[in-house]
Formats: sequence, structure tokens, C-alpha cells
Amino acid sequence: MALLEVRDLSVTFHRRGEKSTVAVDGVSFDVEPGQTVGLVGESGCGKSVTSLAIMGLLAKRGATVSGSAKFDGTELLTLSDRQMRDRRGRDLGMVFQDPLSSLNPVISIGLQVTEVLERHRGLSRKQAAVEAAELLDKVGIPDPKRRLTEYPHQLSGGMRQRALIAIALACRPRLLIADEPTTALDVTIQAQILALLAELVRETETALIMITHDLGVVAGLCDEVNVLYAGRVVERSGRHDLFRVPRHPYTHGLLASIPRLDAPKGERLSPIRGSVADNIPWTGGCAFAPRCPHAVDRCVETTPEMVVDQVVEGDRLLRCHNPVEPAGRAEQEMLS
Amino acid sequence: MLRYTIRRLLQLLVVVLVLSLLLFAWLRSLPGGPVSALLGERATAETRERLTEELGLNEPIFVQYLKFVGRALTGDFGVSTGVQPGDSAAEIFVQRFPATLELSILAIVIALAVGIPLGYLAARRRGGILDNLSVVSSLIGVAVPVFFLAFLLKQVFAVDLGWFPTAGRQAGGIDATRVTGFFVLDGLLTQEWDAAWDALRHLILPAIALASIPFSVVFRITRASVLDVVDEDYVRTAESKGLTSPVIRRRHVMRNAMLPVVTTIGLQTGALLAGAVLTEKVFAFPGIGQALALGFERRDYPVLLLLILCAAGVFVLINLLVDLSYAVIDPRIRTRGVR
Repeated sequence: MALLEVRDLSVTFHRRGEKSTVAVDGVSFDVEPGQTVGLVGESGCGKSVTSLAIMGLLAKRGATVSGSAKFDGTELLTLSDRQMRDRRGRDLGMVFQDPLSSLNPVISIGLQVTEVLERHRGLSRKQAAVEAAELLDKVGIPDPKRRLTEYPHQLSGGMRQRALIAIALACRPRLLIADEPTTALDVTIQAQILALLAELVRETETALIMITHDLGVVAGLCDEVNVLYAGRVVERSGRHDLFRVPRHPYTHGLLASIPRLDAPKGERLSPIRGSVADNIPWTGGCAFAPRCPHAVDRCVETTPEMVVDQVVEGDRLLRCHNPVEPAGRAEQEMLS
Repeated sequence: MLRYTIRRLLQLLVVVLVLSLLLFAWLRSLPGGPVSALLGERATAETRERLTEELGLNEPIFVQYLKFVGRALTGDFGVSTGVQPGDSAAEIFVQRFPATLELSILAIVIALAVGIPLGYLAARRRGGILDNLSVVSSLIGVAVPVFFLAFLLKQVFAVDLGWFPTAGRQAGGIDATRVTGFFVLDGLLTQEWDAAWDALRHLILPAIALASIPFSVVFRITRASVLDVVDEDYVRTAESKGLTSPVIRRRHVMRNAMLPVVTTIGLQTGALLAGAVLTEKVFAFPGIGQALALGFERRDYPVLLLLILCAAGVFVLINLLVDLSYAVIDPRIRTRGVR
């Protein structure tokens, strides 16, 4: 049994006087212990909302969550508020996107680390402080004792994200969700933070859900990748297979739109046309069809189902009527 | 921090000095004057002249000012001519200041004790009945003039229902020992419970009237501030740690939401002093406000000058305290430039 089993998870937002918006539309995936799973997609594809729904952090009012998210056999979505509070921070940790705004500006880093230890591990403030210093040391913050007394604005961006990682891992959760943890950081710091996450996850055998729009992050970190589009998973595969042979036109487009240093001079970037629609249009056709270069008549008539891809080897799931053909052997030889 | 405090205290000195000069000139430019106020319209020219000379008002204004400054440095602010004729202005201040302070403190306590929790609840139940009711009542609080509210409270709760005394600080029949001049505190210190209770009963209605504006402001700022803070990322982080609701509310929401409220408390002192003049008059409450009103009627230059200067000083001091406390509760200000 997987550590986390997400089945048919849907999230709908309601606003008075407006049509309700489907942000996540039947997402399913598994996370095994110690495994790193990527949720990839552009802004608005529902990847953050998926993670917030699993964590039980969506506002009670205005959001309807359906489906199932089983953690170690326990259904998370039906737990009471109190039961969920007992789990968050202990079994489930989360690292957020913007480390500055995610730390409380008026209380010390020390308290922000120790409070979670006090809450879940029943440590006294003193014991927690000792442990907190060890944690900061472990995530690579130099002079941890002094840092504990400092405030978020006194730390650099990378340090803040390290502190947040320390907080999320303080109680050794079995599942860590990282929601674009490197987006707000410099490129060099990004690499450091990713390396740190990879190391910690390996050491502690924590399962990791990595939410990102950055395929570079996926390539470096994830064992398995789910590509999301408009609230649904459109392609799932191991990371190597996905990068070698993207099958869904959206995945293909994402990969093709990455600028390459070895591209011929003067070659234009190939973006994906248009942008993701506000409301999920998965009824009566493929949501990606309006932007898809491979779209055929069937794409706007029937909604594609998630099926095992018969063309490539390995466990590839695909939601597409007209996938991108893997480059033929002859063509590949020609290229090389 | 120390240098900052000293600089601000020096600023206070400058404020008081400049204000004293302006006030001195301005008070003397008011129509009428202490002489007419004291002697009435039908006094002979001779008596007027004699009194003018006696009060030193015949000298050029800058000579009067310099003499005033010279005496003020020795603690002599002149003798009251109208409020309590014969008493020194300093004496009147010492007598009356505790009364106004007592009243203002109770008013600000009421404003905070009601405004902050109500602001929090209204924000958390945004759009609910409590929210709408309290928003409307805070609007009424700002919109209704203080003196009108004071009259209304007095009429209903003191005159008609008789729950509270109508005027003064202490009922006549009570023989209370004076220690500090703060009547409630005196009663507690000397364990004269009846005196303390009676003094408190005298305070309640004027304090409620006086609290109406600060309450409305504190309530609205708390509400807006809480609405902002609960959507902050760090509150979500706190939730993701599984902290209990009281800890999140206290440590993560209110700690941040209180920053703008603290700033307003300083500014509200001004409104409080202005409100005290009207409230004290309605309740015949023998404080600074009542003395100011009386002083203006009777053109009591020494008393007006001292009381207004002190009011300005208190205002500046409280704002200094607020700024200093701001640095205590917001580490971003405290440690600026340290990194």
C-alpha cells in the first residue's frame, strides 16, 4: 500500500454571485515511502490547490473538496479539524514558495522552530531549543544558536528557506510537500536548496511531493512525474522516460519551450500558444485542444480518458487522443 | 534606542517652547480679557486700569512673555484669575490632572477591551450578524458627537434610571483620604472600598462617552488588520505546523494585527483630550477639560497657558511611548541596520 493514495481528488471554489470554479478535477496519484513525486504544470493548473487540499489548509468556506486522500490508510479528507491539526506538522510537513512571507516577521526564528516541537513532541521550551539548534545546523545554517534569536528579516532568502525546511522536518514527518520551494530564490541558491531537500529526503526516507513549474527541478529530483493541465493529470511517467519521450503534446510543448544553450543562433523559442483557461473545460473535449498543435476533430468531441500508453515501454499513463509520436529510430540516427 | 529617546525628548522641549510663545500671543489676542471677565462691563476706567496693572497686562507683550518664562523656570506659572481665583495655576493642574488621567485611562481601557476582541470576532465572522452590527455601531460611535452621547447617557442612566451619579468625582457624604489624587486608586490604597466604588461609579458614564471615538477607531483598525493578517502566508505556515487555534490566534494573528492598532492609540490621545473638555463639562467632572472650558469663558490666561502646554506635552510624550513600544513589539524596527 502506498503511503499516500490520492483518488479522484476534486476541489471546487464557490463565490457568492459568481459561477463556481473547478480548480482540481479528479486528480489521482500515489506516493510511496521515500519516493519523490513531482506535480508539474503552469500557473493555475491546480497543483498548489491539490497540495493544500491534502494538507487540509483550504478555507472551510468557499471550497468543496471531494474524492479521497488516504495517508497510511487513514482518510485525511474526512478527519475533524482537531485530528488534522494533530497530523499537520507531525506526519505531514509543508514547505512554501516565498520564504520571507511564510515566516512570521515579529517572532524569532527560534520560536518558530520550537513551537512545532513543543506542540507535537511534547518537549519543554529548553529541550526544544537544543533540538532546534541541531535542526538548523542540519539544514546548513551556520551559527545556529545565534540564528535562533534572530528574526526573519535578518536572514537571507536561502537561509529563510532552510529555516522553513527545518520547521517542516522538525518532527520527522513521513510526507513532505514542497510547493515551489525554490521559485523565490536565486539560481545558485535554488540548486543548494534542491540538493538539501534531496539529501534530507534520502536520509530520513521521507516521501516528497514536489510541486513545481520548473522542469529542471523535476529532472533533478523526482522519481515520478505527474503533468497537470487544467486540474487533471494529463501524463504520468518516470522522469527519465518523460524527458526522453514526452507523449502528451502539452508535456512536449513544455519541454520544447525550455531555452537551450546548444540551440543554433537566432533560433526562436517555441512557446505553447495561448494560456490556460479560467474555468475547467474538460466537458465535451480535451481542455488542451484549443492550444494543441496536434488537435484532431475527436479532441473537441470526446474527453480523453487516462489510459496506459501502448507505444512506449514502462508504466506510462496518458490522457490524449493524438499523442506525439516518439521520434523514430531512423530520425534519431539522422539527428545524431 | 537611548539616543533616539533623548532626541525625541529634546524635540518635546522645542514643541513646548514654541507652543508657549504662540499660545501666549494667541490668548492675548482673544476679544475681551481677564479684566472684563473679572469686573464686568460696568466697571470704571480707573478700576480697570488698576487691575490691568496688578495683573501685569499693561506691559509690552514680549516683556510679559519673558517674565512668564523666567517665573515658569522656577515652577511659578502664575495665579488663576477665573477658574479658581487666587489658586496658583500649578496647583490647579496638580489637583485636576489626576481626575482627567483617571477618566482617560478608563476610557482607553474600555475602548481597547471592547474594540480589540470585537474587531477580531467581526473579522473572523466577516459578513455575519455580529460583524454587521458592530460595524454599524462603530459608525455611530464616530458619527455621534461626544457631548450628545454624554448628555444621552447622563439623562438615561443617571437621571431617569438613577443607576449612576449625575456629576462630580465623589459623592458628598463620603469621607475619603487623599493619597495620590486618583480617587479610585486612593480608595484601594487606603482600603476605603466604598470610596473607591463610589469614585468608579462616577467615572463610568463619562468614560463610556469619552471611549466612543477611540473604541470605533480601535475596532475598525483591528478588524481591517485581522482581515489582512489571516490571509498572510505565515498564518498558513502556522496552520501547516498543526498549531492549536489559540496559539495561532495569539502568536501569529494578533501579534501582527496589533501593530497598526498601537499606532492609533497614540493618535487617539489627541481625540481623548478634545473629548474630555466636552464630557467633563456635561458631567461637571472637575478635571482639566472642565478647567479649560471655564478658563476660556473667564479668560484665565495663566491656567489656560499651563493646561494647554501640559496637554500638548502629554500628547507628545504618549506618542513617544507608542513609538518606543512599537520598536519593542516589531523587531523589524528594533534591529534595523543591525544586520
